Amino acid sequence: MVTGRRPAGRFAALAGAAALALVVSGCGGAKVGGSSDSTGGGKGKCGTFNLAVNPWVGYEANAAVIAYVAEKDLGCKVTKKDLKEEVAWQGFGTGEVDAVVENWGHDDLKKKYIDQQKTAVSAGETGNTGVIGWYVPPWMAKKYPDITDSKNLNKYADLFKTSESSGKGQLLDGDPSFVTNDGALVKNLKLDYKVVYAGSEAALIQAFRQAEAKKTPVIGYFYEPQWLFSELKLTKVDLPKYTDGCDSVPDKVACDYPGYLLDKVVSKKFSTSGSPAFDLVKKFEWTNEDQNLVAKYIAQDKMSPEAAAKKWVDANRTKVKSWLP
Amino acid sequence: MPPARRDGSGDRAPVVSVRGLWKVFGPKADRVPDTPELCGLSRRDLMDRTGCTAAVRDVSFDVSPGEVFVVMGLSGSGKSTLVRCLTRLIEPTTGEIVFEGEDIRAADEKRLRELRRHKFSMVFQHFGLLPHRRVLDNVSYGLEIRGTGRAERTRRAQEVVELVGLAGYEHSYPDQLSGGMQQRVGLARALAGDPDVLFFDEPFSALDPLIRRDMQNEVIRLHHEVGKTMVFITHDLSEALKLGDRILIMRDGRMVQCGTGDELVGAPADDYVKEFVRDVPRSHVLTLRWIMRPVRPEDALDGPELGPDVVVREATSAVLAADRPLKVVEEGKLLGIVGNEEILAVVAGTGGGE
Amino acid sequence: MAVLTERATARPAPVRNTRRIAVAAIVAGWLVLWLILRGHQTLELGTSDLTSLHRWFNDFNDAIGADRNSNPLFLYFFNEIRLVIDNLVTFFQGLISQPSFGRPVPAIGWLGVVAIAGYASWALGNLRVAALAVGGFVFFGLQGLWQESMDTLALTLSAVFVSLLIGIPIGVWAGLSSRVNRLVTPVLDFMQTMPTFVYLAPLTLFFLIGPASATIATLIYATPPAVRITAHAIRSVPHTTVEAAESLGSTRRQTLTKVLLPMAKRTIVLGVNQTIMAALSMVTIAALIDAPGLGKTVVKALETLDVGVAFNAGLAIVVMAIVLDRVTTAASVRAEVAGRASRNSVRRRRAGLVGAGVVTAVCVWLSYTYVWASQFPEGAGLGDDIARTADSVTRWAQSNLSGATNGLRDAMTTALLNPFEDVLTGSPWWLVGAVLVALGAVLGGWRAGATAAVCVALIVASGLWRDSMTTLASSLVATVIVMALGVVVGVWMGRSAMADRLIRPVLDAGQTMPAFVYLVPFLALFGATRFTAIVAAIVYAAPVTMKIIADGIRGVPETAVEAATAAGSSTWQTITKVQLPMARKSLTLATNQGLIYVLSMVVVGGLVGAGALGYDVVAGFSQGQLYGKGLAAGLAIVLLGVMFDRITQAAAQRAAGAPSGR
Repeated sequence: MVTGRRPAGRFAALAGAAALALVVSGCGGAKVGGSSDSTGGGKGKCGTFNLAVNPWVGYEANAAVIAYVAEKDLGCKVTKKDLKEEVAWQGFGTGEVDAVVENWGHDDLKKKYIDQQKTAVSAGETGNTGVIGWYVPPWMAKKYPDITDSKNLNKYADLFKTSESSGKGQLLDGDPSFVTNDGALVKNLKLDYKVVYAGSEAALIQAFRQAEAKKTPVIGYFYEPQWLFSELKLTKVDLPKYTDGCDSVPDKVACDYPGYLLDKVVSKKFSTSGSPAFDLVKKFEWTNEDQNLVAKYIAQDKMSPEAAAKKWVDANRTKVKSWLP
Repeated sequence: MPPARRDGSGDRAPVVSVRGLWKVFGPKADRVPDTPELCGLSRRDLMDRTGCTAAVRDVSFDVSPGEVFVVMGLSGSGKSTLVRCLTRLIEPTTGEIVFEGEDIRAADEKRLRELRRHKFSMVFQHFGLLPHRRVLDNVSYGLEIRGTGRAERTRRAQEVVELVGLAGYEHSYPDQLSGGMQQRVGLARALAGDPDVLFFDEPFSALDPLIRRDMQNEVIRLHHEVGKTMVFITHDLSEALKLGDRILIMRDGRMVQCGTGDELVGAPADDYVKEFVRDVPRSHVLTLRWIMRPVRPEDALDGPELGPDVVVREATSAVLAADRPLKVVEEGKLLGIVGNEEILAVVAGTGGGE
Repeated sequence: MAVLTERATARPAPVRNTRRIAVAAIVAGWLVLWLILRGHQTLELGTSDLTSLHRWFNDFNDAIGADRNSNPLFLYFFNEIRLVIDNLVTFFQGLISQPSFGRPVPAIGWLGVVAIAGYASWALGNLRVAALAVGGFVFFGLQGLWQESMDTLALTLSAVFVSLLIGIPIGVWAGLSSRVNRLVTPVLDFMQTMPTFVYLAPLTLFFLIGPASATIATLIYATPPAVRITAHAIRSVPHTTVEAAESLGSTRRQTLTKVLLPMAKRTIVLGVNQTIMAALSMVTIAALIDAPGLGKTVVKALETLDVGVAFNAGLAIVVMAIVLDRVTTAASVRAEVAGRASRNSVRRRRAGLVGAGVVTAVCVWLSYTYVWASQFPEGAGLGDDIARTADSVTRWAQSNLSGATNGLRDAMTTALLNPFEDVLTGSPWWLVGAVLVALGAVLGGWRAGATAAVCVALIVASGLWRDSMTTLASSLVATVIVMALGVVVGVWMGRSAMADRLIRPVLDAGQTMPAFVYLVPFLALFGATRFTAIVAAIVYAAPVTMKIIADGIRGVPETAVEAATAAGSSTWQTITKVQLPMARKSLTLATNQGLIYVLSMVVVGGLVGAGALGYDVVAGFSQGQLYGKGLAAGLAIVLLGVMFDRITQAAAQRAAGAPSGR
């Protein structure tokens, strides 16, 4: 049938030959599913564990360690879901999220999902304390030692002038995820500053980094624990001391932010499921140093979350044991 | 204009008969033809008063079987709208259109489609060909949509393609053809369904003069061969005179005059028509009927004889060669005399007619 | 209006002059009143203050959330949609990206996917794009991003598939009926300008977290181009052809299937192309609700400001966009010439395709069976090199350029942005409103004026007047710069085919590289400022205007340029006196599109220091109690967009002369 003369025939013949060559040359390798490498896979009672991962590295450290332990020690199948906080909490109601393992305050969400909709329950603290406040880069703290007292800030307002601050000092505010009282603070402490909204964590970090590298002045809203501190020890500016209830009226706030005891929240369904993963989440507790270390592995040493978790867990077996049933 | 014959007697009954046709564009167009006061307004005044444009105003005519009926006017005179109203590509506002005894305006959508598929078809100024189909598939489109089988429609399309002189181009795509060739495709497409009437909407005005002349001759040839009734729209007077058995002149949507070519040239209805036909070489259009004079006693009556419908140009040499005036005779009756004087007046363009 | 337009055509020069004088008078009056009234009635609202409208939006959102498990609409309608889309995406993922069918790897491995990509590109387009597709896909693997790329591809294909399923029929309908078109247009405007951040969180209430929500978020943004371009394609089929088909007795269905669709096919394919581009531009944002793929890599890298890794992933998105763009463009050309080739070459091509089909099938089989063909070999390490290079370039730029960039920023801010913002935000709201309405009426006619009035009223009602004016100021400055760049580069590209070939891929990259990738270096160069936001907007919006203007310049008839040259014009004179004036329509379109694109970057601007509406939207996405305010801010952005779209379009139409009466 193939005459070999017609171009069509030649093409087909050529293609056939190429295909044959491919088959022959390809048949050397290992076959898919040849060696049984069953990683993970539920060992019965744990089943699937839906873990929300909020978009910051500290959280990622918590999640990585919990996920690693849940998989290796409890045999759970862990599904990580990358979500913003608000969306993650919504997931409690729809049954798509079992746990949030680092929560910064969020009284509004607690009220909505724990008290009103009753789809979520608290699962205790993580052991980390969160600090929110105003920070300056290390070189400024060294050069202007008294800048760390908010009373002296007006003296330095000129330093912080930028194209955005219309003649006043610029107070760089930040991440829209965090509740801020800075507008009220500036007004009530009678500071000659203007709050400028950087708009993202990345913008804040970049501002502090550039300031330290170029020795330019900047003052801004920030928080600990944060992986940046392993690279850059920002210095906190002392605002008037926090007392209970001093921040109850948003417009009248004139005191520092309270310390946050970071905590864990799980869905109601998960809490009653009898899953060993729930016990793990509930018992999970570590220090700021622990988290900073894992966060450093991820952010600076560019390890994958799994590798970072493995490294830490291998070195801290005893602590991990205490979380297990 | 011949009176409308509606008795349906034999082949003299008109194929298309139009009465009181109006097409008004704009808001509440219906009221315009019904309001005598508005009917009388000029287009401009009507626009200012009502926001409406009257494209076709109170037009009536008949087209006889086998006739080439030309509608002529300048751009904006409403002629293209008129021809679209005849096939209801544009819905007329009021008036009556009778096609082979059937009221077209009463036809429902289905019947209208039947008529378009079988009874009449149209050739367009900008061809309207389908660029993604070959010539043959363009020509057979009308057959395809009415459900003719593939073999039959290819056979018929091939036949028509040959008829219009496109043999050899069956498998070309329209954009590979010249404008003239494309319009042949349009013509073939219109002929393929074997309609009773062909409508032409300025089919050759987009073509260059030489090609236009070819195509005009082509239409004349086809008319002889297939003998279809044709309604032909043009803005070119010489084209109208060349093709038309009768010509309807439109201006601002109204009909100004309707008659044969020599009637228009010989007896223009008004100054507009007179101005229009001024540059027409009268000797090419006028017949002896229009220039003959009554017999005077001193005339020698032994000159050559010709019929009254002979065109002047064709009679010129005979008249000039003879030393006596020419007799115009119809059915043995002497109608008048044409001498050198009359002929020269026409050829030199100084007189004749009125 | 008919009378008005008639006069405009009859005496264009004096009318245009009066119009210019009127505009100057309005602006002058505004400035005088601003000096007197500045600071009064500017409707300022604190960052965490809410109006009752914002609270009502909040309550509404909460009510939906509380209701979702009992409401039959959710149980039977949204859940069904979610299931269908989830299954579609999961199916694609199972084929190419995720372990499936009880296997540790997807059904088709990298070799199979590469072969299919090449084969499909050849079959739909030509050999050149097939080579490009093969190269591009292998590049994903070399970058170390095979699985991420395939996830993104699976999601994009699903979203595009559903977009077209919805978009093309609606587009055809809108093309056939101008009533439908009028109804659909504002909806499309809304879908395209409403910031995604506003509806991202609520979407997960309706469709849960997962592929369905990501797909729907994507298709909300990606469907409008499909509808618009399809409608445009149908409408541009020459009227005579449709009339001819009707005159032969075609039914409506026959006209549609045998005339309109085949003739519109080429343009519709371009619509598909635009839909794909729009879908790809949503990849990073969809990652915020757990959409798998390259977007996640970018977002994660941003958490640690890892520019290198983000750039590597961004580059994969750009490459995917370029491959898909060139393949669909080639496909649209093929749609035109399909079957035109000589019989012999058709036969040869067919035989070649059969042969290649066999090879492809073998590759697919190999990639199904053998590990080496299934999982992309690791250790190619190209990704690391790219990341390292990007890192060091960024670091170099940050440490060496920031002096110059800061100077530029300060100059632009004090000379252009601040004065402009002062006038807009410092005037009483009613003054700015009146000025906008008056400008709309003078430039675009009473209809545009009325639209402006409605938009102004609604913006005031949104409670975010002051923020809207701040955003408007930055957006207008950005648009001015975008236009300046657009004219310079566009003219260059329009005049030189060489320049066009060189610049176009850069423009494609500017349009599809996720903003998140370049924000970090920009932040280092310009700080968290309004100017950074403007620069980001320029990167995204300038390519469109350049492309449109280049097209317009190329569309100027050769004879006009020839005549100008023959008359002894210099190059400069030819450009300014012939080419630019004759490309005026393109210039207006470019302004219009430029502003719309700038507005679509407002939210990104909010992330880097622009504040105002962008920040409101971002904060609303992050904090529950600010949700309502974010929604209001999103609506304000839409309103700004609609207002300027209508004014510029009406002005363009008037400038181009009155449309004919019939």
